[in-house]
Amino acid sequence: MQSKMKESDPILEVENLSASTDNLPILKGVSLTVYPGEIHAIMGRNGCGKSTLSKIIAGHPSYNITNGDIKFLGENINSLEPEERSQSGIFLGFQYPIEIPGVSNLEFLRVSTNARRKFLNKEELDTFDFEELVKEKLEIVKMDHAFLSRSVNQGFSGGEKKRNEILQMALLEPKIAILDETDSGLDIDALRIVASGIKKIFNAQTGIILITHYQRLLDEIKPNYVHVMSDGQIIKTGESDLALKLEEKGYEWTDNFIKET
Amino acid sequence: MVNENLVKDVVKEPYKYGFVTDIETEKIEKGLNEDIIKLISQKKEEPKFLLDFRLKAFKKWQKMKEPDWAALGYKKIDYQDIIYYSAPKQKEKISSLDEVDPKLLETFDKLGIPLTEQKKLTNVAVDAVFDSVSIATTFREELAEHGVIFCSISEAVKNHADLIEKYLGTVVPASDNYFAALNSAVFSDGSFVYIPKGVTCPMDLSSYFRINSGDSGQFERTLIIAEESSSVSYLEGCTAPMFDTNTLHAAVVELIALDDASIKYSTVQNWYAGDEEGIGGIFNFVTKRGKCLGKRSKISWSQVETGSAITWKYPSCLLLGEESVGEFYSVALTNNLQQADTGTKMIHIGPKTKSTIVSKGISAGNSKNSYRGLVKMGTKATGSRNYSQCDSMLIGDQASANTFPYIKSQQPNSEIEHEASTCRISEDQLFYLQSRGIEFEEAVSMMVSGFCRDVFNQLPMEFAAEADKLLALKLEGSVG
Repeated sequence: MQSKMKESDPILEVENLSASTDNLPILKGVSLTVYPGEIHAIMGRNGCGKSTLSKIIAGHPSYNITNGDIKFLGENINSLEPEERSQSGIFLGFQYPIEIPGVSNLEFLRVSTNARRKFLNKEELDTFDFEELVKEKLEIVKMDHAFLSRSVNQGFSGGEKKRNEILQMALLEPKIAILDETDSGLDIDALRIVASGIKKIFNAQTGIILITHYQRLLDEIKPNYVHVMSDGQIIKTGESDLALKLEEKGYEWTDNFIKET
Repeated sequence: MVNENLVKDVVKEPYKYGFVTDIETEKIEKGLNEDIIKLISQKKEEPKFLLDFRLKAFKKWQKMKEPDWAALGYKKIDYQDIIYYSAPKQKEKISSLDEVDPKLLETFDKLGIPLTEQKKLTNVAVDAVFDSVSIATTFREELAEHGVIFCSISEAVKNHADLIEKYLGTVVPASDNYFAALNSAVFSDGSFVYIPKGVTCPMDLSSYFRINSGDSGQFERTLIIAEESSSVSYLEGCTAPMFDTNTLHAAVVELIALDDASIKYSTVQNWYAGDEEGIGGIFNFVTKRGKCLGKRSKISWSQVETGSAITWKYPSCLLLGEESVGEFYSVALTNNLQQADTGTKMIHIGPKTKSTIVSKGISAGNSKNSYRGLVKMGTKATGSRNYSQCDSMLIGDQASANTFPYIKSQQPNSEIEHEASTCRISEDQLFYLQSRGIEFEEAVSMMVSGFCRDVFNQLPMEFAAEADKLLALKLEGSVG
């Protein structure tokens, strides 16, 4: 299984990436490669750089890459705009999805989906055709049609916001999805809906990076690899049992680990 | 922090209505005095009562001082350096549109307002005003079948003098303010609308104001009368060429609604705003007011103000009739060095009157955008209510937004509610939309039109789409 995966080219290669914001170094040499069909989990304390890593891959303008490269499908994307990254198939599921007052969720989803479709040389969808598509995708996250007529994320509960993120992922069909604490703030039922949605969208041609604190999401979606981050570096990589050990021993165990290295 | 340069790039679309029509015009000499006013009145072959109205207004104006309370700064206007009457030369009497100078028709064509029989807009009647005169009014016969009068005010003076004498100056008296007095003295053309009792106007009516000449002012005058149980929706659009001098536009609009009548007045104002350094542009000093005279009458103002170097404008409602309703929905967008001081006055006089104010100000570049509004409850306005919502959006960190709400209540048994907010397009919002594949400029314009949604919903359908596009154009290059 493992060797078969490696026969294809990687989707994402993060090579020795260092980055800072306001001259404050946040990432200090992160390397990570995701092949098609792989699920990677990144764990670590708050402030270790997990979210920053995800934002930098998506192209957030507040961070400067000071060293290293991000390659997507073999191409260096260090200087691409966030919208170009999204159109080409990188998806970031936000830890705190942003509210956009007055902009209808339906219109937002349609414009977003069409931007991706245009990149893929697929026909752009008018309002009617899009309604059809979105109806089908709403099933995946068990969302009510009424969500579409509301403003983007405005007045959504925490769980609704996260489901809206997965709905976007379902519509955009990314090559790689980086899901930043998609499980936080979800009750057990919502977590199951979100996890089963993610599994439905995932396939052998795509990759997922799950950023999480909790084993409970990893019980639903089993990762191939688990990485532990600390102070802007990946300090340990293992298979899914690493997450179980972390759950059992806590992050203090990784402190010892740093001392070892 | 949003990237400044990017923002700037978004607002830099050239003004596409900036062309000048090369046409022979009849202009009178510069300056303002009694003889000039007599000359204007004579050119328009006006009855004596109107000349007296003008001369009285002029006397008042001479004693008045230009107001300086608005949050606006501009070079003093030299009123003697303005031409008060300028008209394209035409044949004496024009019996049909075919006789209108093709250059004028072409001008309005270019502005998207075709006037000829073959091309005219099918769902809306248009009165086209070029500098000081009305060029053409479409669908007049069709409207006349319903008893609706829609013509230029100059024609109304000739053909419906009784209505003009009865209503002109009854909502905005000449002494109301400095610019209203000036307009009353020198007003040139504008539209006149009369909707008879019980008639719902079968189509939208609209006026399109075009300033062409650089050295003459435009002083239009509009009067709309809606008799008992009638209703009308009226739209107004404005553009002007790009000149490096400032052109004065001082209009007066008066609306009168009798029992159960309703008037909806929508404006998309896109006068030339001046260049990035603030050179040129229209000085827009306008007095618009509606009188809800009848019981359960309703006057609704909606405006999208995007042009002009200076905007000074407060479309207001006098709510006299019991249970009458006043509304004001406004989007004002300023960019570069534009300044806008705009808002409304809702004067509750009758009992159980109701007013709603929704104002959205967007300031980009180095512009200044102020909301100024008065809500007044008179002693007899028992059981009356007002709701005001004033939101400002700042784009970039050089623009400013102010809100000046004035509330006066002499009636304890009335309710006044005021909400205000200021926001900035945040980098996080932009990043969120961009990270969903939406281009930067589209993301900004989505957020701006989302911000204006409550107001756009009030505009007639086609107007709303146009307003949306206009805002996007105006903001191109301003957000970052």
